[in-house]
Parts: sequence; C-alpha cells; structure tokens
Amino acid sequence: MEALFNLVPLVVFLPVLGLLINMLFGGRMSEKAIGTVASAASGLTFVVSVLLGVALWAGHGHAEVVPFAEWIKIGTLDIPWNFRVDTLSVTMMLVVSVVGTLIHIYAIGYMHEDVRFKKDEKRFQRFFVFMNLFIAMMMILVSGDSYLMLFVGWEGVGLCSFLLIGFWYDMDTLGRPSWANSNAAKKAFIVNRIGDFGFLLAGLTMFWWFGSVQFGEVFNKTPFIPESIILAITLFMLIGVAGKSSQIPLYVWLPDAMAGPTPVSALIHAATMVTAGVYLIARSWPLYSAVPNAQFIVALVGAVTALFAATIAVGQYDIKKVLAYSTISQLGFMVAAVGMGAFVAGMFHLVTHAFFKALLFLSAGSVILGLERGHHHLAHHGPDSGQHEEVFDPGDMRNMGGLRKRMPVTFWLYMIGTLALAGIFPFAGFWSKDEILLEAARNYTVVYVLLVIAAFFTAFYMGRQIWMVFFGRSRHAAAEHAEESPKIITVPLMVLAGLSVLGGVLNLPGVHTLTHWLEHTIALAAEHGAEVGGFLALSWGGLNPVVALVSTLLALGAIYLSWLLYGRKPLEAGQKDPLKKILGPIFTGMENKWFVDEGYRAAFVDRYADLGRFLAEVVDGRFWHDFVHDKLIAGTYNWLSKIALDRYADQKGIDAFFNGLGELIKRISASLRRLQNGFVRSYALAVLFGVIAILGYLLLK
Amino acid sequence: MDLGIPLTHYLLVSAILFTMGALGVLIRRNALIVFMSIELMLNAANLAFVAFARSFEQTTGQPVFTGQLFVFFVIAVAAAEVAVGLALIVAIFRTKQTIDVDQLSSMKG
Repeated sequence: MEALFNLVPLVVFLPVLGLLINMLFGGRMSEKAIGTVASAASGLTFVVSVLLGVALWAGHGHAEVVPFAEWIKIGTLDIPWNFRVDTLSVTMMLVVSVVGTLIHIYAIGYMHEDVRFKKDEKRFQRFFVFMNLFIAMMMILVSGDSYLMLFVGWEGVGLCSFLLIGFWYDMDTLGRPSWANSNAAKKAFIVNRIGDFGFLLAGLTMFWWFGSVQFGEVFNKTPFIPESIILAITLFMLIGVAGKSSQIPLYVWLPDAMAGPTPVSALIHAATMVTAGVYLIARSWPLYSAVPNAQFIVALVGAVTALFAATIAVGQYDIKKVLAYSTISQLGFMVAAVGMGAFVAGMFHLVTHAFFKALLFLSAGSVILGLERGHHHLAHHGPDSGQHEEVFDPGDMRNMGGLRKRMPVTFWLYMIGTLALAGIFPFAGFWSKDEILLEAARNYTVVYVLLVIAAFFTAFYMGRQIWMVFFGRSRHAAAEHAEESPKIITVPLMVLAGLSVLGGVLNLPGVHTLTHWLEHTIALAAEHGAEVGGFLALSWGGLNPVVALVSTLLALGAIYLSWLLYGRKPLEAGQKDPLKKILGPIFTGMENKWFVDEGYRAAFVDRYADLGRFLAEVVDGRFWHDFVHDKLIAGTYNWLSKIALDRYADQKGIDAFFNGLGELIKRISASLRRLQNGFVRSYALAVLFGVIAILGYLLLK
Repeated sequence: MDLGIPLTHYLLVSAILFTMGALGVLIRRNALIVFMSIELMLNAANLAFVAFARSFEQTTGQPVFTGQLFVFFVIAVAAAEVAVGLALIVAIFRTKQTIDVDQLSSMKG
C-alpha cells in the first residue's frame, strides 16, 4: 500500500502525456481519437487518485510527502517539488479528475458540434490540448507540498482559463467576427493578476517571517509568529482568493468568462479552478484558525458575495450568465464556510457543488446546442429559409420555452441539478448548504442572515430559469425545432446527475464520512458552537432541524414564488420580465449587474487609461522624451562633444600638443640642416675638431 | 746605428708634416692638392711609426719590426687610395668640369 503513494506524480504527468500526444499527433488523428486520448489521460488520473485514496485509507489517513525533484536551491532557500498526499489533496484530486473526465467525454460530443457551428474544425484538437493542460495544472495546484508549488498550479490554471475563455478568440459568443471573447479572456487574466499579486505578497511575507513556504514548516512555526503578521498574510491571501474564486470585489471576470465553450465553463469556471481559493483557505487552516479577525473578514466577504451575486442572477437572461452568477454566489457560501473555520462544510459544499454545477452547466450547454440544432434546421428547411439572417442567440432564455417536450432527457437532468443547487431534500446541495448555514448560525448571525437570503434567491432564480427554459410555449422558432443531444453528451450528464443526487452521502449527519476523512488533515476545532444555547443546541446527529427546516421552507417558498411569476402565466415572446413591473428600478439594477462593471470602468479602467495616457504623453512624451532625452541627454551630449570635447579638449588640447611637437621638430631639424652644408672641407674640419676633442679627453682624463 | 738625432726631432718633423697636410685639406679647394695633403698626413704618420720603432729597438736592444711593417701597410693602402681617388677625381671632372671641392656641394641638407 505504501508503494501506491509513489504513483502520485502520475496525476500530473498523465494529462501532460495526453496533451503531448494530442499536440504532436492530433493533426493526423480523428476527432474521436483525440477525444479518447484526452479523456483516457484524465480517466487514468482518476484511477491514480482512487489508488491514492485507497492507500491513504489503508494507512489511516496518515499524510505522505513524496519527494519528486529538486527545484529551487539558493542559499537558505530550498524548495523541492514534493507531492503531498493527504486526505485534503486527494479529495481535490478525486473531484477534479472525476468531474474532469466526465466533462472531457461530454466535450467530445459538444465540441464536435461547436466547431461545426463556428466553422473551424481544426480547433477541435487545440481544445483538448488545453483541457489536458488544465487538468495537469490543477493537479499541480492541489498536490504541491508548498505554497510556491501551489502558486505554480494557481498561475497555470489561470493561463488555461485565459486560453479557453478566449478559445474562439476571433468571434463573439454568437460567432460574429469580434474581439469580445478575447477581451473577456483578457479581463479574466488581468483581474486574476490583481488577486495573484495578493497571493504573491502573502507568499513573500510568509517566506520573510517563516523562512519557508513548505506547508509543514509553515504550520509548525505558526504559533511563534506575531499575530499581526499572520493577519497580514491571511488577508493578502484573501485577495488572491477573491481573484481566483471570484469574490467581491474581484468577481467581475467570471460572468464574462462564459465566453468560453460550455465544457470550459463547467470544468474551470464552476467545478474546479474557481474552487482553488476555497482549497487554499482550507489548506491554510492553521493560519486562519490563528486569527479570528481574518476569519470573520473572510466569512463576511463570502456571505456578501453570496447574496450580491444571487441578486444579480435573478435579473439575467442568458442561461449561462445565470449559472455564472450562481457559481459566484455558491463560491461565496464556500468561502464563508472556510472563513468561519467550518473547513469541512466548505469542502463538502465544494465537492457537491462541483457535481451539480457541472451538471447544470453541461445541461445548459446541451440546451444551447439543442437550440443551435433547431436554428440550423430552420435555416435549411424552414419556411423562411434563405432570408433567415437575424442574429440568433441560442443562450438567451427569452428565445427558449417549452423545451421540456423537445429535450426531455436534458430537462430531467437540469431538474436534478436545480433541486440540488436549490438545496431541496435529499439532493446533495441540501446537506452541504445546510452544514454551512448551521455553522453560520452558530458563529456569526450576520453571515447566517446573508446566506439564508442568498439561499432564498438561489432557489428563486433557479425556479425562474426552469420555468423560462423548459415550460410554457416556445418563444422562438428555433426552440420549437430544438433537438435532444446525442448519448455522448447525455451519458456523462447522467453520471453527474447521479452524483448530484447521492453526493450528500459523503457527509450524512450522524455518519460524517467526509469529516472523519478530512480530520486526518484538518484538526477541527471541536468546541465550535459548543456554547450556543436555544434551538441551535438541537442536533440530530449534527443536523439542526430548525436550520434545515428554515432553509428548506425558504427554498420551497422561493420556487413557489417563481412559479407564481413565471410558471403560472408563462412569458410570451417579446414580453418584459414580470419582476420588472413589481420591483421596477431594483430589477433594472439586477438586470444590469448593479452597474458594477460600469462603475469599475469609471472608477478604475478609465482612470487607468487616463493614467496611461498621462504617462505616455506627459511623462514619457513631454518630460522623458522631449525634455530629459532630447534636451538634457542629447543636448548635454552635443555640447560635450561639440564644445567641450571637440573644440577645447580635442582641438585646443590634443591637436595643439601634437601640432606643437611637430613644429618643434621641424624647427630643430631646420637648424640642424644648416650643418649639413655639403662642403667637404667643413666636414673635414668637424672631423678634426672631433679627433682633437677625443684625444684631448683621452689625454686629460 | 746611432745618428745622434733624438727621437723628438723626428716627431717634430712628423708633427709639422701632419699639420701641413691637415691645413692643406682644410684650406685648399683643389681636389688634387687636397689629395696630396692627405698623402702628406699619411707620411707624417709613417715617419712617426718608423721613428718610434727605431727608438724602441735602440733602448731595449731587441730587433722589433712591427712599426716598419705597419708603414708598408700604410704605403700599400695609400697607393690603393690614390688609384681610387684619382679615378674619382677624373670621373668628377668629366661630369662637373671642375675639381673645386666647394663646387661639389649638391649633397647639402
């Protein structure tokens, strides 16, 4: 069993192998072969993760660090690339690989159609290369044994996110030539940069005070470090979490990230990458547990995000945008949970959310493809074929309606996902959300209130979506002709649906499998909520009946409310949203995402552009170029070369010296020349004098 | 063989001859005369050689011929010199139509 731990590098290198095969030989392979290689790479990763889980279970959850390679060694800084196999990392590995594999399989069917609708079949290969790269990077993130290794994966998944959001970089989501998608990719990357800067500051502060970024060493030294330093580190880390896990104030990139193909939205922007922040906080539990102030801030950020994003989701018309804001909201739940120290509840929700949100996204992708097929069908066979030029958005819920009959399989799958997300008993979301709410009720009332309202909105916007998409009458001809998706798309969805139904088994009250599993890694504060009284002290094996009842009733009430508004009298084509009449300007705010993007544009983006312009024109152009460069440097140089060096040093100094030397020699030679008069007798006289002189010297010396 | 004439007398004659020769070289402009003045200086030296050799033999009683022998060398060299010198003078005369040494100053600096 111990030997199984040595398999851990495979979780990174299997996907790398898959991407290399697809990159080098994919051009000559069929779509099926490419998809199979990529899915197999991901599937084998899942197998390895399972084996690691088995090894851990056999070793009673004892964490194992597997040294892999020497990486950075400078002076006292020694950071090897070690793999960490403990219950937390294996949980993440399992989630990533199981959801990843299912999405890979789904993507074979989805991308097959997508590349044809977008008319670029060559990109099929590239998609799977990026997807495998993402799996590899995510595995580096969760399996690293140091913050630096985690950061490598963190940046790597960010890169993959960028590449995949901008996968159709030369068109918008409707396939028209535009830079909309690549702008969305850039937005995601740049917003994440801000978060990564926070992470980097946390890492550097950590290295400065702890002298190490290895998990083990850092956590061992935590009690000996001043609390203010840990507070700073955890808050810097929170900035990173806000970027990657899309929390206030850095959440704005995630809705735009829906520009990527739907499998990407499901895998990266719902199930795995965006939960990296939650993983980071859960991983850093000793740090967060040491500073309750940071915990409260984290919990508050999560709760506010959960509510804020949920309200926006109510006002969205794009099927994927609703899910995007829902994801932000659910991530808020998780961050609030790990912020409160309820690390297991957060991780539990992370796992179940990965299942049902992936299911919802992929089903939404199936709906979109169904509408595309219907639209395609119309364009070729419809009565008005040939003049069907109007721009059709297959993701707009106002174009849908009545899809229950056209796409029954997708409908039922979507229903399961919706019920799980809304937190209806006994679906997975019920259990995990309830645990979070209970922890919130025990710790911070304000967080609890925010989260409960958010849960109410969650059920409402999901109900609204179901009524708008699947019930009523078709509001567009394409919806009337929508076609069900093939098996390669629906079968992975069925697996995810099964997981969404049964996910709660992971941590049922009274059994608490996941809690016991994670306890090997995260020492839980057992006294949590121990002192609370009243109804909160009630417990059915860890399930509080009051909290559970309140949230279930609220969810059912919200669904009923949504039926009143959208189900009883279905939306007609061109009709305004009924909420608009009731809520008026508030709904306008929800519809327009509370104008946060516009606000950011006015407050930061335009100011940044102004700053850039100022730097370019005034600082760089006028000051730096015109003044410093042209006037100061070039002017000084010209003066130096023309006046100082040329006229004075060269002409009057060096030239004059050598010219004078020449002149002197000329003069000496002129006087010497006079001796050479050509008269032989004078030479003879000289010889005579010379001889006399020599003789005189010899005689007189 | 003692002629009763002391060595200084010979040397005095030799010095007078040498001075005459030197003055001739310096003063006269005719190349032939300059030439003859050079011969005069050579022979002044020869006289001094012979006189010293003779005096050395008389004072030590040993017959030494180094001085006389050297005189023969000088005479031979002078003869060769005269042959070359006269040929030069003839050649100069043919090109310059003169043997005035002051006229031959084209090598001046």
